[in-house]
Amino acid sequence: MYIFKRVLTMILTIWVITTLTFIIMHSIPGDPFASDADVLPEEVLENMRAKFNLDEPLPMQYILYLKNLVQFDLGPSIQSETRDVNTLIADGFPASAILGLQSLVIALVFGLLLGIIAALNHNGILDYAAMAFAIIGISIPSFILAPLLINYFAVKWGMFPVASWGTWQHTILPSVALATAPLAIVARFMRSSMLDVMNQNYIKTADAKGLAITGIVIKHGVRNALIPVISFIGPLAAFLLTGTFVIEKIFAIPGIGKYFVDSIFNRDFPVILGTTIFFSTILIVTLFLVDISYRIVDPRIKLTSRGE
Amino acid sequence: MSRLLDVNDLKVSFKTYGGEVKAVRGVDFHIDEGEVLAIVGESGCGKSVTAQSIMGLLPKKVSRINSGRVTFNGKELLGLSKKEMQKLKGSDIGLISQDPMTSLNPTMRIGSQIAETIKKHTDYSRSKIHDRTIELLDLVGIPNPAERYRSYPHELSGGMRQRVLIAMALSCEPKLLIADEPTTALDVTIQAQILDLLKDIQKRLGTSVLIITHDLGVVAEVAQRVAVMYAGVIVESGEVEEIFETPNHPYTWGLLKSVPRYEKGKHEKERLVPIEGSPPDLFAPPAGCPFAARCEYAMEICLDQMPDPIKTSDTHQARCWLNDTRAPNAKDFVAAGGSDV
Repeated sequence: MYIFKRVLTMILTIWVITTLTFIIMHSIPGDPFASDADVLPEEVLENMRAKFNLDEPLPMQYILYLKNLVQFDLGPSIQSETRDVNTLIADGFPASAILGLQSLVIALVFGLLLGIIAALNHNGILDYAAMAFAIIGISIPSFILAPLLINYFAVKWGMFPVASWGTWQHTILPSVALATAPLAIVARFMRSSMLDVMNQNYIKTADAKGLAITGIVIKHGVRNALIPVISFIGPLAAFLLTGTFVIEKIFAIPGIGKYFVDSIFNRDFPVILGTTIFFSTILIVTLFLVDISYRIVDPRIKLTSRGE
Repeated sequence: MSRLLDVNDLKVSFKTYGGEVKAVRGVDFHIDEGEVLAIVGESGCGKSVTAQSIMGLLPKKVSRINSGRVTFNGKELLGLSKKEMQKLKGSDIGLISQDPMTSLNPTMRIGSQIAETIKKHTDYSRSKIHDRTIELLDLVGIPNPAERYRSYPHELSGGMRQRVLIAMALSCEPKLLIADEPTTALDVTIQAQILDLLKDIQKRLGTSVLIITHDLGVVAEVAQRVAVMYAGVIVESGEVEEIFETPNHPYTWGLLKSVPRYEKGKHEKERLVPIEGSPPDLFAPPAGCPFAARCEYAMEICLDQMPDPIKTSDTHQARCWLNDTRAPNAKDFVAAGGSDV
């Protein structure tokens, strides 16, 4: 029942996003053929507009778009003559997804570890070192970090390819560049959460049972400390999965981010809408998964459709 | 009866931003096998700190045990390594902590939390650990123990959680059970149940119990001997009857006068008398008796010098100048108010 209601809400949310994007998109001045307007005769432009239903009144365009959307057809791309939006996403998303998943794993594994180590050495050297690293990680934008990584790891030391996409080695540098900031945020989150948990009475109980410190940290500390961190993992996962334009651009990765940004400049309406809907869907689904994983980590949480 | 725990001249302090807090300032007491000792005192007098330093549970970074000896079963505890202490904790010494609502791990089934202790200290097989856990849950009076094994703490009431904590403390049949305010967080009817349970278990298993409380009712109910603690020192100790019938320290008088009493055949209303003032600042504890500032009977010497324990029987002693033979009119003082309690 809970899941059914959630799915309904998710569909509703996507519809609202679609509508809003549609309205906002069409209120931007300019149209897809603005650059061709001087060169091409009026009749040709008319034909092209008609081809993409742009000659219809806006409400009609909206209805036509929704009709295609429920059939999972995101329409043709105005810019690309050969590929429609579905193909664009299908082509671009795998690269973005691999990059995103790898960054997510890096950010979570190292972020959580760093946070735990810092918390256990509260106010010690390791704590300060970890937090200094975290501050640097948060402060340095990825577009500075990425060229730095390329310069040292690819150009000077030749350990990884400079850019482009293909083999596993190609994925390392962009993943690291993309993961650094989230890693640092996760580390700080985990540290404060862990500090809080290690001061709880049940940790004292565990200590009084004679458990070794590693057992206390792993069995009683980490699991409880994860609960507040999970809420951050949802949006983070969505952000990393849908690709970030900057990293994809720097490393020349054929991901989805490029189309998203280009489409806005080109007023490529179907691509704008298509990628937005696609991103939102991923975000909404990830948040849904996070809610479910809460239930697994924290038995006190019951998933009900109404607050109890 | 042989001596199980002997605490000598225990001094514990805490580092804080404001300076060093001398929480425990030279405490001596002992517990024999099968005996129940209660440490009574108001909040902040150092009773919990005393208990926690026996088990080595104080946070290492901020607390320091300045001096003292804690001998348990012939073994000195204060110098023990972490490993040796871990072996002792949970097996030979069990702790029932103050607040059952927060002392259980919220994300772990209660059965596993008990089983964990048994697993650590024995080499029982899985199924034997499971059986023993259910046996323990049954022992502490939890209905349907086999089902309750899989419950999470939030599915149990406060009283039930305290029972789980007691089961956990008893899991390896400890020689000494430390109960740190075991009933404070519970409501009154549940308090009585938990005390009955503790008494019953103590009788059945012959475990020694150190019970920390500020509730004289609890003391009268379960303890054989009492140590009254004030501002980090034990001001009076003795058998329960001695403390309740012939208390020798003005602080004990004050404590007894501040709780309601019921006497057969006596119907007139009696006013409760609070102890005026507040305990001394433990950043800079007074040189003399810490209670002198609040004591109606304080003499000049009380401000300058803390008396050594003065014995009035083999088991009863108090740290108060009124009991000194040289105190000129100790009897009058007692007649003026002390004997009234």
